[in-house]
Amino acid sequence: MSKSTIGNVWVYIEQDEGKIADVSLELLAKGRELAAELGVKTEGVVLGGGVGAEVIQTLHEHGAENVFVADHPGLKYFTAVPYAKVIVGLVKQHRPNIFAFGATPVGRSLAPRIASELQAGLTADCTSLRIDEFEDRTTKQVMKNKLMQIRPAFGGNIIATIVNSWQDPQMVTVREGVMAMGTPEPGRKGKVTKVDVELAPEDLAVSILERFKEESSLNLKGAQIIVAGGYGVGSAENFKLISELAETVGGAVAASRAAVDAGWIDHDHQVGQTGVTVRPRLYIACGISGSVQHRAGMAESAKIICINNDANAPMFSIADYGIVGDLHAVIPKMIKAYKARV
Amino acid sequence: MSLTILVFAKQVPDTANITGQAMKEDGTVNRGALPAIFNPEDLNALEMALQMRERFGGKVVVCTMGPPNATAILRRALYMGADETILVTDRRFAGADTLATSYTLACAARKYGTFDIVICGRQAIDGDTAQVGPQLAEKLGLPQITYVEDVLEAGEKTITARCQIEGGYEIVKAPLPLTMTVVASANVPRPLGAKRLAAFKKAKTRSELIATHGGRDYEDANALAAEEETMRRKGLWIHEWNADDLNAEPNRIGMAGSPTKVKQIESVVLVGGEYKDIPPTDEAIRGLVHELIEDHILS
Repeated sequence: MSKSTIGNVWVYIEQDEGKIADVSLELLAKGRELAAELGVKTEGVVLGGGVGAEVIQTLHEHGAENVFVADHPGLKYFTAVPYAKVIVGLVKQHRPNIFAFGATPVGRSLAPRIASELQAGLTADCTSLRIDEFEDRTTKQVMKNKLMQIRPAFGGNIIATIVNSWQDPQMVTVREGVMAMGTPEPGRKGKVTKVDVELAPEDLAVSILERFKEESSLNLKGAQIIVAGGYGVGSAENFKLISELAETVGGAVAASRAAVDAGWIDHDHQVGQTGVTVRPRLYIACGISGSVQHRAGMAESAKIICINNDANAPMFSIADYGIVGDLHAVIPKMIKAYKARV
Repeated sequence: MSLTILVFAKQVPDTANITGQAMKEDGTVNRGALPAIFNPEDLNALEMALQMRERFGGKVVVCTMGPPNATAILRRALYMGADETILVTDRRFAGADTLATSYTLACAARKYGTFDIVICGRQAIDGDTAQVGPQLAEKLGLPQITYVEDVLEAGEKTITARCQIEGGYEIVKAPLPLTMTVVASANVPRPLGAKRLAAFKKAKTRSELIATHGGRDYEDANALAAEEETMRRKGLWIHEWNADDLNAEPNRIGMAGSPTKVKQIESVVLVGGEYKDIPPTDEAIRGLVHELIEDHILS
């Protein structure tokens, strides 16, 4: 076989003290799909200090046919320089075709540094990935089997399909929840490739003095009912009304980016392209106009109620139920109606 | 101690305030109708730089790559307290993706000379990629710390900062020089100083100075040099660097230096959806809640 054979699909596996980020497993599922279409393998890349066998087993069960494991005390926690150095070395050696990262703070700090060194294209926050051919308009060259990197752009007014026209890898980041996680196959076996790690003292010049981390008590992704507030809510004070409705119907509180940027609610609650992607049974959008970015994070909800005093709000176009009216009057009526349900 | 701090900022369309006029009838974006603003998190980066100068001494240099009218944000940086500003502008930079942009900015940093810290906002609101900061760090061969919320200490050789991580924070110690990116929660950018506004609204690039003399035919080199000298002395000179000034390789800037190509742009057309219209009355809302309970959507 000639050397023109395309490389494998790689997924960067983010793990912290043995806990694998959901987005990494979601990307393995998507990676398998892309790899099957290209006729190549899906491989995971995991770095750490003491990567356990159970981590590797989980990755095999989620579809990694091979896992590159770089284990070194200097890699226990993420810092950009040594992580990028190890991964750049691996890429140069094995030449993957596609390389996907979760768009977490770690992924968003690491992937660009690697892309810069490799002079590879990198597309952030893709909402869809598929294989297609691409004709470079300047060179007229037609490239087969390229990765279409699809994302909203320019304030969500457009959806752009982006292609890396240079040599591989084609690099992307994807937010958590955007791709669906596959069902693991218990006992599935795979390969493990240990990576020789050589780090110089200057690679480890950034040191972590202290670290504080807690599991968020908020589980938007898992919530069956979500009540979300947008810019139309008007103030942090008014957001209590959103919480009250959520509490009444047993739902979680979410928000649009506009409400988060206004400082009315914490970023953990943000739904959308730059927040969390959710698929609840019921999504109640209160005072949310419904930009593409926001809809990208909630359009898969089973039922959507839109409450807005602007009848032209785009959110109505994807709603199952629409209430054109002032949310400050409508929400108390909903609370009252629910409490009086029996 | 004296720190030289380079702040890289971007002028962006105000995507948060897109109105009807922002879209043309054919569904494409009408860039002209969008107000251009100082990218919000770059203001946090500038504020952090100004606070560091106040605490540790030194100077703050603000650089932007953009079209000629991006000087608006450089003047704003001067009103807030920047010491020196640089416009990197050239038609050849147009169409740059983050890789070509970070290469160009790295060339500008090298042309500037020695510095201790490069600060960028975490991301720009027109692309939300957060890529240029880490790419610039790599291009300059510097360590990086990202998602910085606070600088706790800076010495001659090291800096200690608090950075956001998922679900918490880290305190990190890093050597200088380095590159860092700053998040919006780091600080509240200061208002413009009235006195500085009066003083620096006359700040200009060479092109802008020539324009005040009637445009590109003005060629009195001696007069220009004298004016430039006066403006430099008053801190009103905005450096203007093009691709040649930066010694930039032509195949690494603009469209030519950008691996990512846009295959297709689709404007988002919303088809009028079919939704059940519920009037905002007690009775109708009661009906809706009952329907949802019957369908087991609410319990």
